[in-house]
Amino acid sequence: MRALVLRQLTKTYKNGIKALKGIDLEVERGDFFALLGPNGAGKTTAIGIVTSLVTKTSGVVEVFGHDIDRELEIAKSCIGVVPQEANFNQFESVQTIVVNQAGFYGIPRHVAKQRAEVYLKQLQLWDRRRSIARSLSGGMKRRLMIARALMHQPELLILDEPTAGVDIEVRRSMWEFLRLINGEGTTIILTTHYLEEAENLCRNVAIIDGGRIIERDSMANVLRKLQAETFVLNLREARTAVPRLEGFRAVLADDHTLEVEVSRGQSLNRVFAQLSEQGIEIDSMRNKVNRLEELFVRLVDSRGRAGAAEALT
Amino acid sequence: MTAPAGRAAARWIGFRTTLIREFGRIVRIWGQTLLPPAVTSTLYFVIFGSLIGRRVGQVGGHDYMQFIAPGLIMMSVIQNSYGNVVSSFFGAKFGKYLEELLVAPLPNWLIVLGYALGGVIRGFMVGTVVTIVSLFFTRLGVLHPVLIVSAAFLTSFVFALGGFINAMLAKNFDQISWFPTFILTPLTYLGGVFYSIRMLPPWALDASHANPILYMVSAFRYGFLGTADVDLRLAYAIMVIAAVGMFSLAVVLMNRGVGIRD
Repeated sequence: MRALVLRQLTKTYKNGIKALKGIDLEVERGDFFALLGPNGAGKTTAIGIVTSLVTKTSGVVEVFGHDIDRELEIAKSCIGVVPQEANFNQFESVQTIVVNQAGFYGIPRHVAKQRAEVYLKQLQLWDRRRSIARSLSGGMKRRLMIARALMHQPELLILDEPTAGVDIEVRRSMWEFLRLINGEGTTIILTTHYLEEAENLCRNVAIIDGGRIIERDSMANVLRKLQAETFVLNLREARTAVPRLEGFRAVLADDHTLEVEVSRGQSLNRVFAQLSEQGIEIDSMRNKVNRLEELFVRLVDSRGRAGAAEALT
Repeated sequence: MTAPAGRAAARWIGFRTTLIREFGRIVRIWGQTLLPPAVTSTLYFVIFGSLIGRRVGQVGGHDYMQFIAPGLIMMSVIQNSYGNVVSSFFGAKFGKYLEELLVAPLPNWLIVLGYALGGVIRGFMVGTVVTIVSLFFTRLGVLHPVLIVSAAFLTSFVFALGGFINAMLAKNFDQISWFPTFILTPLTYLGGVFYSIRMLPPWALDASHANPILYMVSAFRYGFLGTADVDLRLAYAIMVIAAVGMFSLAVVLMNRGVGIRD
């Protein structure tokens, strides 16, 4: 059974903006799925419809086979949602927020209190359980929303930009936690601006732009579609001229940094061989930009150009 | 996911949680919810009851202080039931934590009922506080306890729902003060809280019968004093119809997502 099915989902807001123009999407049970797209692409609208915070214009939404038009309560009980912005009462304590949320999902209070201890400890918030939510740091607030979303142990967890604005250490620990609960069977759908996050965590990906899905594949396949990557080589000795690299485009970013574009099918060994022949030693190497980011920009750009061409004809 | 005992049990827990949260809010901010009515009603009793009341004499066969005490209690119940829901619901909407309820598997009618009964709880808590204050100034007998409780319940339920509907429709904080300032307060003051409508000239007496608060105050006062300005059956019919009508309207607005869903 699929965790989520969207069929021909559309949303037109009262001001006439068509946020979704017929989206079809399927997410398998147990998947760790990335929904990517630029600002205003329709990600949050799609999530809003699935979590019933936004009313759809047309189309079908099924959560574990439960159609939200016919079995809304059951569908809702399967979903946990972590929104982009803090949406809890800033004047309530951490523990009150999570225990009450469990209550709204029909979890008895004594069970909710036990779960609150488990999740708040896992997310390093137990020591702050009596603190007023307003006093928490940005990272703590994000973790609080994750704990709150898990209190009814949902089968599908939807996270809308969960690590936006949190420091690297907190982000890494949240990644570990999300991997853990996905490993325990929870299906996770993630939207993020940090494409590195999607590349690290997710097995499948959909890219949404202008209210349409423009790419839907496994993360591995999507990354294979990259036609070229730029590698940054740190040179041991300073250079004033670009080394001769036949078949490759290369530029000197500074006297110790060489950037080489390697197209699909080309071997990095040829780069190293030519540099060795010239007596150039390399200390280290990295990708210039995140690979998914590169692909993302190209997809969105090519779509923009196609749209512009269409408009001209 | 742990399956709750059943849908009814899950709904009951969700509903109870809404009430617990509302009760927690009332108690947490007691300085805004419970204390001001005590201070205000004390001032009313001192100024209208002791100072002016002595010169008024008897109203409907009762001391003026005794006459206004049920009215002042009911006025506090009305204002606080209304005020509780309008501020709690609009605060949740404005602070976006209403989403906690909207994403949960609770039917809309239960969310409306939870907030409305939260308002009733505050109405009863404040009503009790004002009753205690009144006992420092006058003696209040309880002739018909069922009438007192039922009239207070229906009235606070109606105005709690009024607060809910106002909060749903309001787009900013200004709009949640319009209704209490321009409609609720005038109707309350003209609803027989401080006087018997029999003291009014004929045209004003007739006009007063169009004020629903008159029926609520009168029914409540009858429970204490055994006298009323209106027919009790009509008073209860108006309260029940208003409660059902307001509840239905609030649920319809919730189902349509007015002011809360895009």
